[in-house]
Amino acid sequence: MRSESNKVLREAATPADVARWRDDFPILQETISGEPLVYLDNAATTQKPQSVLAAEADYYRHTNANVHRGVHTLSQRATDQYEAARGKIARFINAAGSNEIIYVRGATEAINLVAQSFARPRLKPGDEILISAMEHHSNIVPWQMVCEQTGALLKVVTINDAGEFEFESFERLLGPRTRLVALTHLSNALGSIVPIERVIELAHSSGVPVLIDGAQAIAHLTVDVRALDCDFYAFSGHKIYGPTGIGVLYGKAALLDAMPPYQGGGDMIRTVTFEKTEYNELPYKFEAGTPNIAGAIGLGAALDYVGAIGIATIAAHERDLLDYATREVSAIPGLTIVGSARDKASILSFTLAGTHPHDIGTILDHRGVAIRAGHHCAMPVMQRFGLSGTARASFALYNTRAEVDTLVAALHQVTEIFQR
Amino acid sequence: MSDLRELYQDVIFDHYKKPRNCHVLDCANHQADGFNPLCGDQLTVYLKVEHGVITDLSFKGSGCAISTASASLMTEALKGKKIDEVEDLFEDFHHMVTTPEDAPHPELGKLEVLAGVSEFPARVKCATLAWHTLQAALKNQNQPATTE
Ligand SMILES: Cc1ncc(COP(=O)(O)O)c(C=O)c1O
Repeated sequence: MRSESNKVLREAATPADVARWRDDFPILQETISGEPLVYLDNAATTQKPQSVLAAEADYYRHTNANVHRGVHTLSQRATDQYEAARGKIARFINAAGSNEIIYVRGATEAINLVAQSFARPRLKPGDEILISAMEHHSNIVPWQMVCEQTGALLKVVTINDAGEFEFESFERLLGPRTRLVALTHLSNALGSIVPIERVIELAHSSGVPVLIDGAQAIAHLTVDVRALDCDFYAFSGHKIYGPTGIGVLYGKAALLDAMPPYQGGGDMIRTVTFEKTEYNELPYKFEAGTPNIAGAIGLGAALDYVGAIGIATIAAHERDLLDYATREVSAIPGLTIVGSARDKASILSFTLAGTHPHDIGTILDHRGVAIRAGHHCAMPVMQRFGLSGTARASFALYNTRAEVDTLVAALHQVTEIFQR
Repeated sequence: MSDLRELYQDVIFDHYKKPRNCHVLDCANHQADGFNPLCGDQLTVYLKVEHGVITDLSFKGSGCAISTASASLMTEALKGKKIDEVEDLFEDFHHMVTTPEDAPHPELGKLEVLAGVSEFPARVKCATLAWHTLQAALKNQNQPATTE
Protein backbone atom coordinates (compact mmCIF):
# COMPACT_ATOMS: atom_id res chain seq x y z
CA MET A 1 0.00 0.00 0.00
CA ARG A 2 2.96 2.32 0.55
CA SER A 3 1.93 5.44 -1.19
CA GLU A 4 1.29 3.79 -4.52
CA SER A 5 1.70 7.13 -6.20
CA ASN A 6 5.34 7.24 -5.07
CA LYS A 7 5.97 4.03 -6.85
CA VAL A 8 4.38 5.06 -10.10
CA LEU A 9 7.22 5.52 -12.49
CA ARG A 10 7.08 9.08 -13.60
CA GLU A 11 9.14 11.03 -16.00
CA ALA A 12 11.49 12.96 -13.75
CA ALA A 13 10.88 16.67 -13.97
CA THR A 14 12.66 18.32 -16.88
CA PRO A 15 15.41 20.88 -16.23
CA ALA A 16 12.97 23.49 -17.50
CA ASP A 17 10.43 22.45 -14.86
CA VAL A 18 13.02 22.70 -12.14
CA ALA A 19 14.21 26.07 -13.44
CA ARG A 20 10.63 27.33 -13.24
CA TRP A 21 10.26 26.02 -9.69
CA ARG A 22 13.52 27.68 -8.73
CA ASP A 23 12.17 31.02 -9.92
CA ASP A 24 9.43 30.67 -7.34
CA PHE A 25 11.96 30.81 -4.48
CA PRO A 26 13.44 34.31 -4.10
CA ILE A 27 16.10 33.19 -1.60
CA LEU A 28 17.80 31.08 -4.27
CA GLN A 29 19.12 34.36 -5.70
CA GLU A 30 21.32 34.86 -2.64
CA THR A 31 25.07 34.57 -2.86
CA ILE A 32 27.23 33.23 -0.02
CA SER A 33 30.88 34.34 0.08
CA GLY A 34 30.38 35.49 -3.50
CA GLU A 35 29.09 32.10 -4.68
CA PRO A 36 25.51 31.24 -5.63
CA LEU A 37 23.68 29.64 -2.73
CA VAL A 38 23.42 25.86 -3.00
CA TYR A 39 20.91 25.05 -0.32
CA LEU A 40 21.16 21.40 0.74
CA ASP A 41 19.90 21.68 4.30
CA ASN A 42 16.27 21.03 3.47
CA ALA A 43 15.80 18.41 6.16
CA ALA A 44 16.43 21.17 8.71
CA THR A 45 14.04 23.57 7.03
CA THR A 46 12.94 24.27 3.47
CA GLN A 47 12.93 27.59 1.65
CA LYS A 48 9.64 29.35 0.97
CA PRO A 49 8.08 30.07 -2.42
CA GLN A 50 6.83 33.54 -3.33
CA SER A 51 3.23 32.41 -2.91
CA VAL A 52 3.82 31.58 0.76
CA LEU A 53 5.64 34.85 1.39
CA ALA A 54 2.80 36.69 -0.32
CA ALA A 55 0.09 34.84 1.61
CA GLU A 56 1.64 35.87 4.92
CA ALA A 57 2.28 39.44 3.82
CA ASP A 58 -1.21 39.80 2.31
CA TYR A 59 -2.74 38.52 5.48
CA TYR A 60 -1.01 41.22 7.53
CA ARG A 61 -1.70 43.91 4.95
CA HIS A 62 -5.34 43.22 4.25
CA THR A 63 -6.83 40.86 6.79
CA ASN A 64 -5.09 40.96 10.17
CA ALA A 65 -7.57 40.44 13.00
CA ASN A 66 -8.15 37.89 15.70
CA VAL A 67 -10.02 34.73 14.77
CA HIS A 68 -13.25 33.29 16.15
CA ARG A 69 -13.90 36.46 18.11
CA GLY A 70 -15.00 39.53 16.28
CA VAL A 71 -18.20 40.52 14.58
CA HIS A 72 -16.30 42.87 12.32
CA THR A 73 -15.38 42.18 8.73
CA LEU A 74 -11.66 41.61 9.18
CA SER A 75 -12.17 39.12 11.96
CA GLN A 76 -14.58 37.18 9.79
CA ARG A 77 -12.14 37.32 6.89
CA ALA A 78 -9.26 36.15 9.07
CA THR A 79 -11.36 33.32 10.46
CA ASP A 80 -12.42 32.23 6.98
CA GLN A 81 -8.84 32.13 5.70
CA TYR A 82 -7.55 30.40 8.81
CA GLU A 83 -10.24 27.73 8.57
CA ALA A 84 -9.82 27.39 4.80
CA ALA A 85 -6.17 26.54 5.43
CA ARG A 86 -7.26 23.86 7.86
CA GLY A 87 -9.44 22.40 5.13
CA LYS A 88 -6.49 22.37 2.72
CA ILE A 89 -4.41 20.50 5.28
CA ALA A 90 -7.18 17.95 5.84
CA ARG A 91 -7.41 17.34 2.09
CA PHE A 92 -3.63 17.20 1.66
CA ILE A 93 -3.33 14.26 4.04
CA ASN A 94 -6.82 12.92 3.28
CA ALA A 95 -8.17 13.28 6.81
CA ALA A 96 -11.85 12.50 7.29
CA GLY A 97 -12.53 16.09 8.30
CA SER A 98 -11.08 19.45 9.31
CA ASN A 99 -11.92 18.78 12.94
CA GLU A 100 -9.13 16.18 12.96
CA ILE A 101 -6.54 18.86 12.14
CA ILE A 102 -5.11 20.52 15.25
CA TYR A 103 -2.89 23.53 14.70
CA VAL A 104 0.29 23.38 16.78
CA ARG A 105 3.73 24.99 16.60
CA GLY A 106 5.30 22.02 14.88
CA ALA A 107 5.93 18.30 15.03
CA THR A 108 7.55 18.69 18.43
CA GLU A 109 4.48 20.25 20.00
CA ALA A 110 2.21 17.73 18.29
CA ILE A 111 4.12 14.83 19.85
CA ASN A 112 4.17 16.47 23.27
CA LEU A 113 0.43 17.01 23.02
CA VAL A 114 -0.18 13.31 22.38
CA ALA A 115 2.27 12.32 25.12
CA GLN A 116 0.54 14.48 27.72
CA SER A 117 -3.12 14.36 26.66
CA PHE A 118 -3.38 10.88 25.20
CA ALA A 119 -0.66 8.73 26.73
CA ARG A 120 -0.25 10.15 30.20
CA PRO A 121 -3.77 9.52 31.52
CA ARG A 122 -3.71 5.96 30.17
CA LEU A 123 -0.28 4.77 31.26
CA LYS A 124 0.29 2.63 34.34
CA PRO A 125 3.62 1.58 35.81
CA GLY A 126 5.13 -1.17 33.68
CA ASP A 127 3.21 -0.20 30.53
CA GLU A 128 5.35 0.22 27.44
CA ILE A 129 5.82 2.72 24.63
CA LEU A 130 7.62 1.55 21.51
CA ILE A 131 9.86 3.83 19.46
CA SER A 132 12.78 3.08 17.13
CA ALA A 133 16.53 3.61 17.29
CA MET A 134 16.35 6.28 14.59
CA GLU A 135 14.01 8.78 16.16
CA HIS A 136 14.59 12.51 16.31
CA HIS A 137 14.98 13.76 19.88
CA SER A 138 11.48 15.20 19.64
CA ASN A 139 10.08 11.68 19.27
CA ILE A 140 12.15 10.42 22.21
CA VAL A 141 12.17 13.03 24.96
CA PRO A 142 8.38 13.58 25.23
CA TRP A 143 8.01 9.82 25.80
CA GLN A 144 10.81 9.75 28.34
CA MET A 145 9.04 12.54 30.18
CA VAL A 146 5.72 10.72 30.21
CA CYS A 147 7.48 7.52 31.29
CA GLU A 148 8.99 9.40 34.19
CA GLN A 149 5.58 10.76 35.12
CA THR A 150 3.79 7.41 34.98
CA GLY A 151 6.33 4.66 35.56
CA ALA A 152 5.89 3.38 32.01
CA LEU A 153 8.87 2.04 30.06
CA LEU A 154 10.35 3.07 26.73
CA LYS A 155 11.28 0.20 24.40
CA VAL A 156 13.43 0.74 21.34
CA VAL A 157 13.13 -1.16 18.04
CA THR A 158 16.59 -1.77 16.60
CA ILE A 159 17.92 -0.79 13.18
CA ASN A 160 20.43 -2.73 11.10
CA ASP A 161 23.77 -1.58 9.71
CA ALA A 162 22.09 -0.17 6.63
CA GLY A 163 19.91 1.96 8.89
CA GLU A 164 16.78 -0.05 8.18
CA PHE A 165 13.99 -0.57 10.68
CA GLU A 166 14.18 -4.18 11.90
CA PHE A 167 10.69 -5.51 11.67
CA GLU A 168 11.51 -8.69 13.61
CA SER A 169 12.67 -6.53 16.51
CA PHE A 170 9.36 -4.70 16.35
CA GLU A 171 7.42 -7.98 16.34
CA ARG A 172 9.39 -9.15 19.37
CA LEU A 173 8.88 -5.93 21.33
CA LEU A 174 5.18 -5.46 20.57
CA GLY A 175 3.73 -7.11 23.67
CA PRO A 176 0.77 -7.21 26.03
CA ARG A 177 2.01 -4.11 27.88
CA THR A 178 2.55 -2.02 24.74
CA ARG A 179 0.21 0.98 24.93
CA LEU A 180 1.49 3.11 22.05
CA VAL A 181 3.86 2.91 19.08
CA ALA A 182 5.55 6.18 18.02
CA LEU A 183 7.71 6.06 14.91
CA THR A 184 9.26 8.31 12.37
CA HIS A 185 8.01 7.90 8.80
CA LEU A 186 11.34 9.02 7.31
CA SER A 187 14.56 9.25 9.33
CA ASN A 188 16.09 12.73 9.32
CA ALA A 189 19.58 11.40 10.04
CA LEU A 190 19.67 8.44 7.62
CA GLY A 191 16.92 8.96 5.05
CA SER A 192 15.46 5.52 5.78
CA ILE A 193 11.75 5.06 5.13
CA VAL A 194 10.04 3.04 7.85
CA PRO A 195 7.48 0.48 6.63
CA ILE A 196 4.76 2.12 8.68
CA GLU A 197 1.89 0.40 6.82
CA ARG A 198 3.01 -2.99 8.13
CA VAL A 199 3.76 -1.53 11.54
CA ILE A 200 0.33 0.02 11.84
CA GLU A 201 -1.38 -3.15 10.68
CA LEU A 202 0.43 -5.31 13.20
CA ALA A 203 0.03 -2.81 16.05
CA HIS A 204 -3.68 -2.50 15.35
CA SER A 205 -4.10 -6.26 15.33
CA SER A 206 -3.00 -6.05 18.98
CA GLY A 207 -5.20 -3.02 19.60
CA VAL A 208 -2.23 -0.66 19.97
CA PRO A 209 -2.53 2.90 18.60
CA VAL A 210 0.25 4.37 16.44
CA LEU A 211 1.65 7.90 16.20
CA ILE A 212 3.69 8.72 13.11
CA ASP A 213 6.29 11.50 13.21
CA GLY A 214 5.93 12.82 9.68
CA ALA A 215 8.21 15.84 10.10
CA GLN A 216 10.49 14.64 7.29
CA ALA A 217 8.09 12.52 5.27
CA ILE A 218 5.45 15.15 4.65
CA ALA A 219 7.45 16.91 1.92
CA HIS A 220 8.76 13.76 0.24
CA LEU A 221 6.18 10.97 0.45
CA THR A 222 2.48 10.81 -0.26
CA VAL A 223 0.68 10.81 3.06
CA ASP A 224 -2.85 9.46 3.20
CA VAL A 225 -3.78 9.13 6.86
CA ARG A 226 -6.92 7.15 6.12
CA ALA A 227 -5.18 4.64 3.89
CA LEU A 228 -2.41 4.35 6.50
CA ASP A 229 -5.02 4.15 9.25
CA CYS A 230 -2.54 5.79 11.65
CA ASP A 231 -4.04 7.20 14.83
CA PHE A 232 -1.90 10.34 14.96
CA TYR A 233 0.30 12.01 12.35
CA ALA A 234 2.56 14.94 13.30
CA PHE A 235 4.37 17.40 11.03
CA SER A 236 5.79 20.91 10.81
CA GLY A 237 4.91 23.52 8.20
CA HIS A 238 8.46 24.75 7.77
CA LYS A 239 9.71 21.48 6.32
CA ILE A 240 7.16 21.57 3.52
CA TYR A 241 7.89 25.06 2.20
CA GLY A 242 5.63 26.74 4.77
CA PRO A 243 6.38 29.14 7.63
CA THR A 244 8.05 28.26 10.92
CA GLY A 245 5.96 28.21 14.07
CA ILE A 246 3.02 26.35 12.55
CA GLY A 247 2.48 22.62 12.40
CA VAL A 248 -0.18 19.99 12.51
CA LEU A 249 -1.35 17.20 14.70
CA TYR A 250 -3.72 14.93 12.85
CA GLY A 251 -5.67 12.62 15.13
CA LYS A 252 -8.66 10.37 14.63
CA ALA A 253 -11.68 12.30 15.87
CA ALA A 254 -12.77 9.55 18.26
CA LEU A 255 -9.38 9.59 19.99
CA LEU A 256 -9.13 13.38 20.10
CA ASP A 257 -12.66 13.61 21.50
CA ALA A 258 -11.76 11.38 24.39
CA MET A 259 -8.60 13.33 25.28
CA PRO A 260 -8.45 16.15 27.84
CA PRO A 261 -7.23 19.54 26.58
CA TYR A 262 -3.48 20.15 26.43
CA GLN A 263 -3.49 23.77 27.51
CA GLY A 264 -6.14 26.01 29.03
CA GLY A 265 -7.08 29.48 27.87
CA GLY A 266 -9.21 31.38 25.42
CA ASP A 267 -10.81 29.79 22.38
CA MET A 268 -10.65 26.27 23.82
CA ILE A 269 -13.75 26.73 25.97
CA ARG A 270 -17.45 26.85 25.39
CA THR A 271 -18.46 28.38 28.74
CA VAL A 272 -16.48 29.33 31.79
CA THR A 273 -17.76 29.88 35.29
CA PHE A 274 -15.61 29.64 38.37
CA GLU A 275 -17.32 26.39 39.23
CA LYS A 276 -17.03 24.62 35.92
CA THR A 277 -15.65 25.10 32.44
CA GLU A 278 -17.07 23.39 29.40
CA TYR A 279 -14.54 22.70 26.71
CA ASN A 280 -15.01 23.63 23.11
CA GLU A 281 -15.51 21.07 20.39
CA LEU A 282 -12.76 19.69 18.14
CA PRO A 283 -10.35 20.97 17.01
CA TYR A 284 -10.64 24.13 19.17
CA LYS A 285 -10.42 22.18 22.41
CA PHE A 286 -6.68 21.84 21.70
CA GLU A 287 -6.08 25.38 20.47
CA ALA A 288 -5.87 27.62 23.52
CA GLY A 289 -5.00 31.25 22.93
CA THR A 290 -4.51 33.34 19.82
CA PRO A 291 -2.94 31.04 17.25
CA ASN A 292 -0.35 31.62 14.51
CA ILE A 293 -2.96 32.81 12.04
CA ALA A 294 -0.58 34.06 9.38
CA GLY A 295 1.44 30.87 9.72
CA ALA A 296 -1.62 28.69 9.17
CA ILE A 297 -2.58 30.66 6.08
CA GLY A 298 1.02 30.45 4.86
CA LEU A 299 0.99 26.70 5.37
CA GLY A 300 -2.20 26.46 3.35
CA ALA A 301 -0.44 28.33 0.53
CA ALA A 302 2.55 25.99 0.79
CA LEU A 303 0.32 22.93 0.43
CA ASP A 304 -1.37 24.54 -2.56
CA TYR A 305 2.06 25.02 -4.08
CA VAL A 306 3.18 21.45 -3.44
CA GLY A 307 -0.16 20.07 -4.53
CA ALA A 308 0.02 21.90 -7.84
CA ILE A 309 3.34 20.24 -8.67
CA GLY A 310 2.39 16.96 -7.05
CA ILE A 311 4.26 15.03 -4.37
CA ALA A 312 4.88 12.12 -6.74
CA THR A 313 6.61 14.44 -9.23
CA ILE A 314 8.67 16.00 -6.46
CA ALA A 315 9.57 12.57 -5.08
CA ALA A 316 10.70 11.34 -8.50
CA HIS A 317 12.90 14.41 -8.96
CA GLU A 318 14.43 14.01 -5.50
CA ARG A 319 14.95 10.30 -6.13
CA ASP A 320 16.97 11.18 -9.21
CA LEU A 321 19.05 13.70 -7.23
CA LEU A 322 19.64 11.24 -4.39
CA ASP A 323 20.73 8.46 -6.77
CA TYR A 324 22.97 10.83 -8.69
CA ALA A 325 24.53 12.29 -5.54
CA THR A 326 25.02 8.82 -4.04
CA ARG A 327 26.90 7.73 -7.15
CA GLU A 328 28.99 10.87 -7.40
CA VAL A 329 30.08 11.12 -3.77
CA SER A 330 30.92 7.42 -3.62
CA ALA A 331 33.96 8.16 -5.81
CA ILE A 332 35.42 10.54 -3.21
CA PRO A 333 38.29 8.83 -1.36
CA GLY A 334 37.56 8.25 2.32
CA LEU A 335 33.88 9.08 2.03
CA THR A 336 31.42 6.72 3.72
CA ILE A 337 27.68 7.01 3.32
CA VAL A 338 25.81 6.52 6.59
CA GLY A 339 22.41 5.00 5.91
CA SER A 340 22.01 2.80 2.87
CA ALA A 341 18.46 1.57 3.34
CA ARG A 342 16.87 0.11 0.25
CA ASP A 343 13.87 2.32 0.81
CA LYS A 344 15.29 5.79 1.19
CA ALA A 345 14.41 9.39 0.36
CA SER A 346 15.97 12.84 0.03
CA ILE A 347 18.76 12.51 2.60
CA LEU A 348 22.46 11.77 2.13
CA SER A 349 24.41 11.45 5.38
CA PHE A 350 28.15 10.79 5.19
CA THR A 351 31.53 10.98 6.87
CA LEU A 352 34.96 11.72 5.45
CA ALA A 353 37.90 9.84 6.96
CA GLY A 354 40.04 12.11 9.12
CA THR A 355 37.76 15.09 8.69
CA HIS A 356 35.21 16.21 11.22
CA PRO A 357 31.75 17.08 9.85
CA HIS A 358 32.05 20.57 11.27
CA ASP A 359 35.11 21.25 9.16
CA ILE A 360 33.36 19.87 6.10
CA GLY A 361 30.47 22.22 6.79
CA THR A 362 32.71 25.27 7.06
CA ILE A 363 34.60 24.56 3.86
CA LEU A 364 31.42 23.80 1.92
CA ASP A 365 29.82 26.96 3.22
CA HIS A 366 32.72 28.84 1.73
CA ARG A 367 31.67 27.54 -1.66
CA GLY A 368 28.09 28.58 -1.02
CA VAL A 369 26.98 25.03 -0.19
CA ALA A 370 24.78 24.81 2.91
CA ILE A 371 24.67 21.40 4.57
CA ARG A 372 24.11 20.23 8.12
CA ALA A 373 26.97 18.91 10.23
CA GLY A 374 26.52 17.20 13.57
CA HIS A 375 24.19 14.74 15.25
CA HIS A 376 20.99 16.01 13.60
CA CYS A 377 19.12 15.85 16.91
CA ALA A 378 19.39 12.08 16.69
CA MET A 379 22.25 11.28 19.05
CA PRO A 380 21.16 7.64 19.53
CA VAL A 381 21.53 7.11 15.77
CA MET A 382 25.06 8.46 15.92
CA GLN A 383 25.83 6.17 18.87
CA ARG A 384 24.40 3.22 16.92
CA PHE A 385 26.98 3.86 14.19
CA GLY A 386 29.79 4.81 16.59
CA LEU A 387 29.96 8.37 15.27
CA SER A 388 29.85 11.76 16.94
CA GLY A 389 28.19 13.21 13.87
CA THR A 390 27.83 13.17 10.12
CA ALA A 391 27.62 15.67 7.32
CA ARG A 392 24.19 15.66 5.71
CA ALA A 393 23.00 16.92 2.35
CA SER A 394 19.23 16.88 1.98
CA PHE A 395 17.27 17.63 -1.15
CA ALA A 396 14.15 19.55 -2.07
CA LEU A 397 12.20 20.15 -5.24
CA TYR A 398 14.36 23.12 -6.30
CA ASN A 399 17.72 21.33 -6.18
CA THR A 400 19.52 20.33 -9.36
CA ARG A 401 22.18 17.93 -10.58
CA ALA A 402 24.41 20.96 -11.17
CA GLU A 403 24.13 21.72 -7.46
CA VAL A 404 25.14 18.15 -6.67
CA ASP A 405 28.19 18.73 -8.89
CA THR A 406 29.05 21.83 -6.84
CA LEU A 407 28.72 19.76 -3.67
CA VAL A 408 31.02 17.09 -5.04
CA ALA A 409 33.63 19.62 -6.21
CA ALA A 410 33.56 21.26 -2.79
CA LEU A 411 34.00 17.87 -1.10
CA HIS A 412 37.05 17.25 -3.26
CA GLN A 413 38.39 20.54 -2.01
CA VAL A 414 37.82 19.41 1.57
CA THR A 415 39.90 16.29 1.00
CA GLU A 416 42.62 18.39 -0.66
CA ILE A 417 42.80 20.81 2.24
CA PHE A 418 42.79 18.03 4.79
CA GLN A 419 45.35 15.88 3.06
CA ARG A 420 48.00 18.48 2.63
CA MET B 1 39.53 30.97 -0.20
CA SER B 2 41.96 33.33 1.52
CA ASP B 3 39.80 33.19 4.65
CA LEU B 4 39.83 29.41 4.50
CA ARG B 5 43.62 29.38 4.38
CA GLU B 6 43.63 31.79 7.31
CA LEU B 7 41.45 29.39 9.24
CA TYR B 8 43.09 26.14 8.27
CA GLN B 9 46.74 27.06 8.73
CA ASP B 10 49.46 24.44 8.69
CA VAL B 11 50.02 24.83 12.42
CA ILE B 12 46.37 24.03 13.03
CA PHE B 13 46.54 20.90 10.90
CA ASP B 14 49.69 19.87 12.67
CA HIS B 15 47.97 20.15 16.06
CA TYR B 16 44.83 18.43 14.73
CA LYS B 17 46.70 15.46 13.35
CA LYS B 18 49.25 15.24 16.18
CA PRO B 19 47.61 16.83 19.20
CA ARG B 20 50.00 17.64 22.05
CA ASN B 21 49.26 16.60 25.62
CA CYS B 22 46.36 14.49 24.45
CA HIS B 23 46.01 11.87 27.18
CA VAL B 24 44.58 11.31 30.62
CA LEU B 25 46.70 12.99 33.31
CA ASP B 26 46.99 10.57 36.19
CA CYS B 27 48.34 13.09 38.66
CA ALA B 28 45.64 15.68 37.90
CA ASN B 29 44.03 17.45 40.84
CA HIS B 30 41.46 19.33 38.72
CA GLN B 31 39.45 18.12 35.78
CA ALA B 32 36.25 18.92 33.93
CA ASP B 33 34.27 17.68 30.95
CA GLY B 34 33.33 20.02 28.16
CA PHE B 35 30.57 19.58 25.66
CA ASN B 36 29.49 21.47 22.57
CA PRO B 37 25.81 20.64 22.22
CA LEU B 38 25.80 22.05 18.71
CA CYS B 39 28.02 19.40 17.19
CA GLY B 40 28.32 16.82 19.95
CA ASP B 41 32.02 17.39 20.52
CA GLN B 42 33.25 16.30 23.91
CA LEU B 43 36.51 16.71 25.74
CA THR B 44 37.99 16.44 29.20
CA VAL B 45 40.66 18.82 30.48
CA TYR B 46 43.05 17.64 33.23
CA LEU B 47 45.15 19.96 35.37
CA LYS B 48 47.83 19.61 37.96
CA VAL B 49 47.95 22.82 39.99
CA GLU B 50 50.62 23.36 42.62
CA HIS B 51 51.00 26.56 44.63
CA GLY B 52 48.87 28.46 42.15
CA VAL B 53 50.86 27.27 39.16
CA ILE B 54 49.69 24.92 36.41
CA THR B 55 52.54 22.45 36.48
CA ASP B 56 50.94 20.07 34.00
CA LEU B 57 47.80 19.84 31.89
CA SER B 58 46.32 17.65 29.20
CA PHE B 59 43.08 16.94 27.36
CA LYS B 60 41.29 13.98 25.89
CA GLY B 61 38.35 13.89 23.52
CA SER B 62 37.15 14.07 19.99
CA GLY B 63 36.43 17.13 17.98
CA CYS B 64 36.88 19.05 14.77
CA ALA B 65 40.19 20.45 13.56
CA ILE B 66 39.57 23.79 15.25
CA SER B 67 38.55 22.49 18.66
CA THR B 68 41.28 19.84 18.75
CA ALA B 69 44.02 22.24 17.64
CA SER B 70 42.77 24.87 20.05
CA ALA B 71 42.86 22.39 22.96
CA SER B 72 46.31 21.21 21.97
CA LEU B 73 47.68 24.75 21.63
CA MET B 74 46.08 25.74 24.90
CA THR B 75 47.82 22.96 26.81
CA GLU B 76 51.15 24.07 25.36
CA ALA B 77 50.50 27.72 26.14
CA LEU B 78 49.43 27.22 29.74
CA LYS B 79 52.02 24.82 31.08
CA GLY B 80 53.91 26.66 33.84
CA LYS B 81 51.48 29.59 33.92
CA LYS B 82 50.07 30.94 37.17
CA ILE B 83 46.33 30.37 37.44
CA ASP B 84 45.93 34.13 38.01
CA GLU B 85 47.19 34.69 34.48
CA VAL B 86 44.69 32.33 32.86
CA GLU B 87 41.72 34.64 32.99
CA ASP B 88 43.47 37.50 31.21
CA LEU B 89 44.87 35.16 28.62
CA PHE B 90 41.44 33.68 27.90
CA GLU B 91 39.98 37.16 27.67
CA ASP B 92 42.59 38.14 25.09
CA PHE B 93 42.09 34.88 23.23
CA HIS B 94 38.33 35.27 23.24
CA HIS B 95 38.65 38.81 21.95
CA MET B 96 40.95 37.62 19.18
CA VAL B 97 38.64 34.83 17.94
CA THR B 98 35.54 37.04 18.02
CA THR B 99 36.91 40.28 16.58
CA PRO B 100 37.56 40.31 12.83
CA GLU B 101 40.51 42.32 11.62
CA ASP B 102 41.77 42.87 15.11
CA ALA B 103 45.28 44.17 15.84
CA PRO B 104 48.03 41.56 16.24
CA HIS B 105 48.22 39.71 19.55
CA PRO B 106 51.87 39.14 20.34
CA GLU B 107 50.97 38.39 23.98
CA LEU B 108 49.13 35.26 22.79
CA GLY B 109 52.19 33.75 21.14
CA LYS B 110 51.43 30.64 19.11
CA LEU B 111 47.72 30.88 19.92
CA GLU B 112 47.57 33.62 17.35
CA VAL B 113 47.23 31.04 14.58
CA LEU B 114 43.59 30.79 15.65
CA ALA B 115 42.90 34.45 14.78
CA GLY B 116 41.30 33.29 11.51
CA VAL B 117 38.36 31.91 13.49
CA SER B 118 37.06 35.46 13.86
CA GLU B 119 35.94 35.35 10.22
CA PHE B 120 33.86 32.24 10.99
CA PRO B 121 31.42 33.11 13.77
CA ALA B 122 29.91 29.61 13.60
CA ARG B 123 33.25 28.20 14.73
CA VAL B 124 33.98 30.40 17.75
CA LYS B 125 32.50 27.79 20.04
CA CYS B 126 34.87 25.17 18.65
CA ALA B 127 37.87 27.39 19.42
CA THR B 128 36.73 28.21 22.95
CA LEU B 129 35.43 24.82 24.13
CA ALA B 130 38.76 23.78 25.66
CA TRP B 131 39.09 27.13 27.40
CA HIS B 132 35.61 27.03 28.90
CA THR B 133 36.35 23.52 30.09
CA LEU B 134 39.64 24.64 31.59
CA GLN B 135 37.85 27.36 33.54
CA ALA B 136 35.38 24.81 34.84
CA ALA B 137 38.25 22.54 35.87
CA LEU B 138 39.96 25.36 37.75
CA LYS B 139 36.73 26.00 39.64
CA ASN B 140 36.53 22.25 40.02
CA GLN B 141 32.91 22.30 39.04
CA ASN B 142 31.51 18.89 38.47
CA GLN B 143 29.01 20.21 35.98
CA PRO B 144 30.19 19.62 32.44
CA ALA B 145 31.17 22.91 30.83
CA THR B 146 29.27 23.80 27.71
CA THR B 147 29.82 26.43 25.10
CA GLU B 148 26.29 27.76 25.62
C1 LIG C 1 12.10 13.33 12.09
C2 LIG C 1 11.85 14.63 12.80
N1 LIG C 1 10.98 14.68 13.81
C3 LIG C 1 10.70 15.82 14.46
C4 LIG C 1 11.33 16.99 14.13
C5 LIG C 1 11.01 18.22 14.91
O1 LIG C 1 10.41 19.20 14.13
P1 LIG C 1 10.17 20.65 14.69
O2 LIG C 1 11.47 21.11 15.26
O3 LIG C 1 9.75 21.46 13.51
O4 LIG C 1 9.09 20.56 15.73
C6 LIG C 1 12.26 17.00 13.10
C7 LIG C 1 12.98 18.24 12.76
O5 LIG C 1 14.15 18.25 12.48
C8 LIG C 1 12.53 15.78 12.42
O6 LIG C 1 13.42 15.74 11.42
